[in-house]
Amino acid sequence: MSGFTMAEAIIAAHSKDPAAPGNICGVRVDFAFANDITAPPSIKEFGNMGAKKVFDPARCAVLLDHFSPNKDIASAEQAKISREFAREQNLLFWEVGRVGVEHAFLPEQGYILPGEIILGADSHTCTGGALGALATGVGSTDLAATWALGTTWLRVPETCRVDFEGNPSPWVGGKDLILAVIGKLGVEGARYMALEFHGEGLSKLPLDGRMTMANMAVEAGGKAGLFLPDETVLDYAKARGKRQYSAIFPDRDAVYAKRIAIDLDALDPVVALPHLPENVRPAKECGDMPIDQVFIGSCTNGRMTDIEQAVKILKGRKVHDRVRLIVIPASYEVYNAALERGYIRDLTEAGAVVCTPTCGPCLGGYMGILAAGERCVSTSNRNFVGRMGSPKSEVILAGPMVAAASAIFGRVADPREV
Amino acid sequence: MQTTLTGKVWKYGDNVDTDVIIPARYLSTSVPAELAPHCMEDIDESFAKGVRKGDIIVAGNNFGCGSSREHAPIAIAGAGVSCIIAASYARIFFRNAINVGLPILECPDAVGEIGGGDAVEVDLEKGTVTDKTLGKTWTARPFPAFLRDLIASGGMVPWVRRQLETRGAGA
Repeated sequence: MSGFTMAEAIIAAHSKDPAAPGNICGVRVDFAFANDITAPPSIKEFGNMGAKKVFDPARCAVLLDHFSPNKDIASAEQAKISREFAREQNLLFWEVGRVGVEHAFLPEQGYILPGEIILGADSHTCTGGALGALATGVGSTDLAATWALGTTWLRVPETCRVDFEGNPSPWVGGKDLILAVIGKLGVEGARYMALEFHGEGLSKLPLDGRMTMANMAVEAGGKAGLFLPDETVLDYAKARGKRQYSAIFPDRDAVYAKRIAIDLDALDPVVALPHLPENVRPAKECGDMPIDQVFIGSCTNGRMTDIEQAVKILKGRKVHDRVRLIVIPASYEVYNAALERGYIRDLTEAGAVVCTPTCGPCLGGYMGILAAGERCVSTSNRNFVGRMGSPKSEVILAGPMVAAASAIFGRVADPREV
Repeated sequence: MQTTLTGKVWKYGDNVDTDVIIPARYLSTSVPAELAPHCMEDIDESFAKGVRKGDIIVAGNNFGCGSSREHAPIAIAGAGVSCIIAASYARIFFRNAINVGLPILECPDAVGEIGGGDAVEVDLEKGTVTDKTLGKTWTARPFPAFLRDLIASGGMVPWVRRQLETRGAGA
């Protein structure tokens, strides 16, 4: 018998069923959460299931981040449903001002840990793969079932192994790496599969950059985007972890259904053009593509490394007259660190607006909606039709360095032009 | 559940994402009747106005890619669609459709030939798709046994209810 991939090994450790690709396994879930959009339907189905108590209040959470601080009356009512349920169940809940974008906040707080199975009613739950957790998104009813039972069913995914060769230049970050992967695989190239990232060059990538990469596994259709926990991750988890855990690694003789390689030495800063994340081009090859807005933030790129990279480029420079730059740190830990280091001042002096942590404009919620005909360079994860506002607007995905350079030039720009 | 479904076809291509199925600007509710009027509006303004009860969506690969919003299959079912036939589905949408009781079939051969506006009949028990306009029948890919049982037993909500009852009885 051949060995396990990382996804298979984690499922095997959580299930009595054989963890062979394609099998459906009942698994124990270590942590299960929903947000202000997905929690209300979960709460309703939880009731319909006849459930009275969540399986373990210390392993269940609701985070208000999408339309919170409340954007209108309807979202205020939705938030209220979540709040009341959280209090009644005594599950994990943090008020506005003490929370953040779920996939930035939960790892910081030590709720996403190596070797675990994490379920979130949000597709970007796969961010947790950066910490070596099999973290995946589900809908509200599946999440409600896990809240009730502490288990779920998972189809054991086949694994696509991605080998990064060489070393990244200082002008590329996690976003460029994952866009290169999605450009190569296409938006359904890893449909139903787990991505497993390998390569010595990755050890130089900060954890924030790895979270950016794991976050967008779903944009290639993936169930998870997994990194092998190295010393950086194990130290981080040890310092912050809220539970006992044990890291899990793939076997040497694991069988991979698919393999691709990315040459980091040859990788330029890239963007994904409208309207699919697979439309990847080097930023320098975009010609004169004027823009109206730049958004730096989201669960993909709203962490300290991202703010730092943007500030390095923007400090002492000015945002182009025609452009509005919106920066949203993804958590208060990031927000406060940026405040202490003077980054917020650097950004506002460059002409940016800096907002409170929220998903906000990424999904066309609020705080930066696009009008018809407008174009935005965004560090978020999706550039589908209508994603950030009008169905006649355009979103170009990029990392924070390309985004900051673009804000200065008023067009899609390579950071090396600054 | 009704096992034979008949309706007119609304045809779409590959990668129909959840942002176009139901844009996030309408997600401050999960009530089917409130979501349905906006279903598909960013790629097809005629859909919500023209769709009739029983109609069928036929689409290419990776249907429902993107967000985990269960509002997507809720909006489609709320609009009156009886069934989706696609070449393949994104994984979260696949689970969500089963959980909200919206029948879905995977049948790439049928998708290749069925045209928009065709009259199609689906037999859920046999897993067959018949295009009455073309006079052709295809068989969809069967689901794994676990999922067939889950669907046959009424879906996720009653399944969990029974699990909880069993646990309660055992306690």
